[in-house]
Amino acid sequence: MVAVISALSDWAIPTMILLIFGAAIIRHVNIYEAFIEGAEQGFQLAVHLIPYFLAMMVAIGVFRASGAMEILTILLKPITDFLQIPSDILPLAILRPLSGGGALGVSTELINTFGPDSFIGRLASTMQGSSDTTFFVLTLYFGSVGISHYRHAMILGLAADLITFLASIFFVRLFFGY
Amino acid sequence: MLNKFWTFLIMVAIILAFWRSQPEVITQSVLDSTSASVKYAFELIGLMAFWLGVMNVAQKAGLVDLLAKIVQPLTRHIFPSLPKDHPALGFIVLNISANILGLGNAATPFGLKAMEEMQKCNNRKDTASDAMITFLVVNTSCIVIIPATIIGIRYAAGSAAPAEIVMTTFLATCVGMISALFLDSLVRRWKNRGDRTW
Repeated sequence: MVAVISALSDWAIPTMILLIFGAAIIRHVNIYEAFIEGAEQGFQLAVHLIPYFLAMMVAIGVFRASGAMEILTILLKPITDFLQIPSDILPLAILRPLSGGGALGVSTELINTFGPDSFIGRLASTMQGSSDTTFFVLTLYFGSVGISHYRHAMILGLAADLITFLASIFFVRLFFGY
Repeated sequence: MLNKFWTFLIMVAIILAFWRSQPEVITQSVLDSTSASVKYAFELIGLMAFWLGVMNVAQKAGLVDLLAKIVQPLTRHIFPSLPKDHPALGFIVLNISANILGLGNAATPFGLKAMEEMQKCNNRKDTASDAMITFLVVNTSCIVIIPATIIGIRYAAGSAAPAEIVMTTFLATCVGMISALFLDSLVRRWKNRGDRTW
């Protein structure tokens, strides 16, 4: 199963390019010119996005470096104890929507400290794999078209992250019998 | 909202660092994160240029419109505010498929292109439209079949079964994505009650 899906990922990109170019030949599109035109847009877009990346990564960076994350974990402890969520996993849960690299660092550390096949190890793996850097994605995507009023996008995205987080705990407990 | 949150993060960090009399951690992390962000953006430049180049070829060949038409029975319900064969739908499908397959690098350019197309039929250019919110909520809570990075880390850490978390990850993301779609349609209905112009 895993091998099949992994092979599918490997084949997906070359196949897609082949299909696209094939269709373009049939439709008599000037492929090279169309590619350059699109690539130029892509270049400008990526450069346009640098301030958004920078602003977000600096804010998350200083917040983590200052030790604010530890204080937040202590503040949330009564709630997580009540829900029987292990407190070791909390920094990962907080960091996951904010910083992709940061969360990956924390989950790698948890996996190595507690062992990949422990409850915390499996939970950290599931949480890291199942969730996205919501905050970062929203900033990037809205930033790319110049939108500053997100309306209910942020709250919905974070609510979905919370649900995914709780579902991770539920399924890890269910599957591995904790 | 972002304005307040962003300012809040930085203010809290600086005040805390002063209180602990460790002002140097702020300076150091500003240096680290600024160079990390530019590095990330530079890596993205090549990818974005390549994929938007390929996608421009696909668009000129009529493939994006074709894709939008094929998935129309499904997207009509999820994105009721978009015209039924809008090109954004084609890019949305590409973005979500790439995400599910774990091709994060290819997903981003498709997603940004989808945003650009949706912005064309957005009445208020500085405000997120319903379709954009639905797209981003689906995008960030997307189903994952192969969490490749984490499997690699588990393997490196000496796990007896590195891929055993595939099932729990898949199920957790299914719950997340279904809840996200449900919450989104609930909020949309509630916010647009009595307003038929959307």
